[in-house]
Amino acid sequence: MEGSKKAAFSREIIFGALWQGIKKFNPVYMWKNPVMMTVEIGMVISLILVFFPNALSSHENRIYNVIVTIILFITVWFANFAESIAQGRGKAQVDSLKKTKSNTQARLLMDGQEKMVDSSSLKLGDLVLVKAGETIPNDGEVIQGVATVAESAITGESAPVIKENGGDFSSVTGGTVVTSDSLLIKITAKAGESFLDQMIELIEGAVRKKTPNEIALTTLLVSLTIIFLLVVVTMFPMLNFLKIDISFTTLIAFTVCLIPTTIGGLLSAIGIAGMDRVTQFNVIAKDGRAVEACGDVDVLILDKTGTITYGNRMATEFYAVNHFTQQDITTAAYYSSQQDDTPEGKSIIQLALQLVPSLSLSDDQQQSLIVIPFSAQTRMSGVDCANGDVYRKGAFDSVKKYVNNMPSDAEKFVKDISNKGGTPLVVTKNGEVIGVIYLKDVVKAGLKERFDRLRQMGIRTVMCTGDNPLTAAAIAQEAGVDSFIAESKPEDKINVIKREQEQGHVVAMTGDGTNDAPALAQANVGVAMNTGTNSAKEAANMVDLDSDPTKIIEVVSIGKQLLMTRGALTTFSIANDVAKYFAIIPAILVAGIPQMEKLNIMHLDSPTSAILAALIFNAIIIPMLIPIALKGVKYQAISANKLLTKNLLLYGVGGIIVPFLGIKIIDLLIAPFI
Amino acid sequence: MFQILLILLIYLPLVLLMGKYLNKISMNEKTIGERFFSPIEKLIFKVCGIQQDDMSGKKYFLSMLAVNFMMVAIGYIILRTQKYLFFNPNQIDNMETTLSFNTIISFMTNTNLQHYSGESGLSYLSQMIVITFLMFTSAATGYAVCMAFCRKFIAKSDVNGNFFVDFTKIITRVLLPFSFVISLSLIWQGVPQTLQKNTTITTLEGKQQDLAFGPIASLESIKHLGTNGGGFNGANSSTPFENPTVLTKIIEMLSMMLLPGACVVAFGLMIAYRKNKKSWIGKQGAVIFTAMAAIFIVGLVTVYFAEKAGNPLITQLGMDQQAGSMEGKESRFGIAQSALFTTVTTAFTTGTVNNMHDTLTPLGGLVPMFNMMLNVVFGGKGVGLMNMMMYMLLAIFIACLMIGRTPQFLGKRIEAKEMKLIALCILVHPALILGFSALAVATVGGVDGITNPGAHGLSQVLYEFASSAANNGSGFEGLADNSTFWNVTTGLAMFFGRYTSIALQLAIATLIAKKAVNVETETMLKTDTPMFATFLVAIILIVGALTFLPALALGPISEFLQISMK
Repeated sequence: MEGSKKAAFSREIIFGALWQGIKKFNPVYMWKNPVMMTVEIGMVISLILVFFPNALSSHENRIYNVIVTIILFITVWFANFAESIAQGRGKAQVDSLKKTKSNTQARLLMDGQEKMVDSSSLKLGDLVLVKAGETIPNDGEVIQGVATVAESAITGESAPVIKENGGDFSSVTGGTVVTSDSLLIKITAKAGESFLDQMIELIEGAVRKKTPNEIALTTLLVSLTIIFLLVVVTMFPMLNFLKIDISFTTLIAFTVCLIPTTIGGLLSAIGIAGMDRVTQFNVIAKDGRAVEACGDVDVLILDKTGTITYGNRMATEFYAVNHFTQQDITTAAYYSSQQDDTPEGKSIIQLALQLVPSLSLSDDQQQSLIVIPFSAQTRMSGVDCANGDVYRKGAFDSVKKYVNNMPSDAEKFVKDISNKGGTPLVVTKNGEVIGVIYLKDVVKAGLKERFDRLRQMGIRTVMCTGDNPLTAAAIAQEAGVDSFIAESKPEDKINVIKREQEQGHVVAMTGDGTNDAPALAQANVGVAMNTGTNSAKEAANMVDLDSDPTKIIEVVSIGKQLLMTRGALTTFSIANDVAKYFAIIPAILVAGIPQMEKLNIMHLDSPTSAILAALIFNAIIIPMLIPIALKGVKYQAISANKLLTKNLLLYGVGGIIVPFLGIKIIDLLIAPFI
Repeated sequence: MFQILLILLIYLPLVLLMGKYLNKISMNEKTIGERFFSPIEKLIFKVCGIQQDDMSGKKYFLSMLAVNFMMVAIGYIILRTQKYLFFNPNQIDNMETTLSFNTIISFMTNTNLQHYSGESGLSYLSQMIVITFLMFTSAATGYAVCMAFCRKFIAKSDVNGNFFVDFTKIITRVLLPFSFVISLSLIWQGVPQTLQKNTTITTLEGKQQDLAFGPIASLESIKHLGTNGGGFNGANSSTPFENPTVLTKIIEMLSMMLLPGACVVAFGLMIAYRKNKKSWIGKQGAVIFTAMAAIFIVGLVTVYFAEKAGNPLITQLGMDQQAGSMEGKESRFGIAQSALFTTVTTAFTTGTVNNMHDTLTPLGGLVPMFNMMLNVVFGGKGVGLMNMMMYMLLAIFIACLMIGRTPQFLGKRIEAKEMKLIALCILVHPALILGFSALAVATVGGVDGITNPGAHGLSQVLYEFASSAANNGSGFEGLADNSTFWNVTTGLAMFFGRYTSIALQLAIATLIAKKAVNVETETMLKTDTPMFATFLVAIILIVGALTFLPALALGPISEFLQISMK
């Protein structure tokens, strides 16, 4: 990420953007930005007046017209430059991505034979081997192997991540580099449709669709432009009526100063930069609409399994019953889970060995065991030892049927564990209950703090889980989610979303499974985990490369920032007009009404310098605000009222004061030359 | 100043009570006197065959338009044939075509811009059946539309309210009973109410003078209550027969302030009741009311001090101006009562005058012009509230963005489609005023009517079109406005000022009514705080007022600078 930021303002990009800015003078392109189009038309008219000074009125001064034309040209150029530089930031990323992509060769495995092919010829389901130092040819799943992969090309994160078969880290992205060991990968994306391709398309796509809010704001800006055009056009006959002479160029300058060129010039840069920031957080947003909707999200629906918890229940404690000791239950638990490949079983072995390392069995001893796998009839699993010992473990209800006598303290442990949201497993040896294993759903680290932040942002978290209400409540409390829906099937999620939406909430959802797809599509903002299935990714508005369910915090912040930046610069732009009026109106009228000098409260040097100062201010404020447009206005999770007050003081009151200072300073600088 | 404060103090409790009453009427709830009004209304509905079904916004608008059109047609015929009809003791001739066009639009749109003088231009029949009748119906039209507009903001669907029911109930429950009481109190104070013809008397100077009589009191009451403003006589409420005493002046002023303010209260209550909150005005209503009141007070203080200071040119002549600039004012009202009346009549968009606005000092004349250019400082017949809501939605749009939310009001999103209509609505008003003013100073027909040179001449033009477009109707006077050019252009300005705004505003409310309601959460914009009220005023001043600044700079501001710095 650091790298891409540094690249943002490199000389190359700036020169490129300046050149792009010239190309964008093309009216066909300009047409999409009516405010700047108006300025461009004004520029053309004043240019014509340079050559034919008396075409429209008899008060034109050729040199003055040349200067106004140049300033207008620069104004439009700056606006184009802002847009180009926003696009350029992403382009630098794209260019380096494209380079890695085009050179990739892949070791295709066919009938056990290794064959070097071009990455573009890979098909869905192809198996490829990628060795250390090689680039992964396309998106895929790790089938075999453990390796470190550097994803800096895409995520900007320099530290390599571990990829392995199964679990959260099995998905790899084309264009990333294996840095150690090797991976066998099954290709999951068609050539040209990989994540990399999508990203390139997204960042490169100059034909960006305007988002709903952008359209609404453009409408407002266009109407303000029309209102101010009307103001100036109707002023002309009124001035004539009062027999006040005025040059046509001055009226053009006046119009350009009044219309909202600041926000008009930066609007598209704000949108592009916003999407770019989303990408920098390793989230691919399919359109700007979803990023915008993020600002309004007030309910976040999360899956418990795999999202809030690691997804595997893990043994955390053994409880002995009756006269049995801790040693007895640990041993019984250890034996009962031999060669149990479920994550729960593995965790029991792990815990037992941790408590009593001497338990460890040799390979021979293991061979002598007869493993009794879990069966639907008994609903228990375990082993029969060579010495005749019979170990079984299972859920309370199944074990109760199996044993003759269920000790009362076992019953108590089972109840306690269930109350705490855990899963109890009862362990028996030779038909006698030895103790109870506490399997716990482990909540991912750091989630509580993240949910606290979501709460501060006004977002309520709802956890969906298939667990019983008791278990769900315990986990909800531990993770710090606001509410939960227990005993829900995956397909219930869509109903939960619909219900929340009917109550007037804007719902975001994170999901990864195939059965999440309809819910992801129904949600106002659907974020699919990169590790998730393809159908989930397709249904979602966004894909999170890091598969972090709380990534929504960043996306919401960016969505809010995007809107705030638009709002702040619109306010600034409109507030600027106050000072411009005070600079220009006396300057225009003083010729006919000498007393107007009284309204020249800034004591600007002369009418000409006043008009030029306002016009120059109007032009240079655009590049000065480019950093704000690109970075976005800072979002803080404070109350709406405080946030409004803060931004109003900064951009509203500031927007009134700054141009007074700016115009005065420019006037002082240019006065000697006029 | 004491008199001004006293009147404003009496006003507050009145407007709150009236607002509550208006809220009940617009929500179709039972009101005081239900047993009296209900049978009358039922009879009217039965006779007229009115189905009381709820209407969509579109149907509501078309019903309003149809009713208005019919009244225009009938009124126009009467004006053109009044010579041959009854109740014409003073033998007034038929009205000329363009003047009739102007007059009928003027009264149908509740503007009451008068390019004629009542005493010489209208028969008593016209005064009663056209003028007074339209004063009732045009005001009722405005309030009906305003209430429909307000209801849609809190409604869950677009289909609510029936134009005919609203229209009828506002007349039977508000306009008629209140006018009746006000008329009687005016008659008690000496306002004539008669069908007797004008009398000619010999004055103390031994000259002959016509005293214009007529059914004045009945017109006078609705003229103010309905924020109409068209006087029985040319000189309007500055003549003793329309406004004989200070008491009548107070009654007239309070009647014109009553309903526009009450609309805001009624709307505030709708929003408050939505959440079952008990309140006198509601927090949202208080914010809108305060924003309007703030602009009103600043205007009032400006006129007062501008007039009190007098005209510097007269001071230079060595004349005493202790009483302030008394040119064109009635000595029985003085500066304070004239300043208040001037501000009220233009802020509340009535258009009645008790002094001649043409002779106000430049800054004193700027305020009434400014009030009409904004057309949101309470405003007449509910339209002011609707215009205010346009600025409010605009302010919400920008404020929501600044806190990182997509814009919404009362949980309903403001999107591109609404924004387009809001912007258009805000655009119409300056387009009419500035466009027609530019046309007037650029054409022979327009310039012919201007009777003053330079800046003051431009002020006359701006005032006339501001008054027309805002459906105010007061005149700067001095303009020779009964000509084809002025009759037609002001007629068009009045027509478009009224109906395009209403059409756009109802369309916006319709779109809003159809929106799904989002839950109001902590991170949502609070539109009922002092902070928002301040922002709202700032938006009105920057977007609404700055638009007119160049024109105002050329007119009244230039004039002010010229006479004060000679």
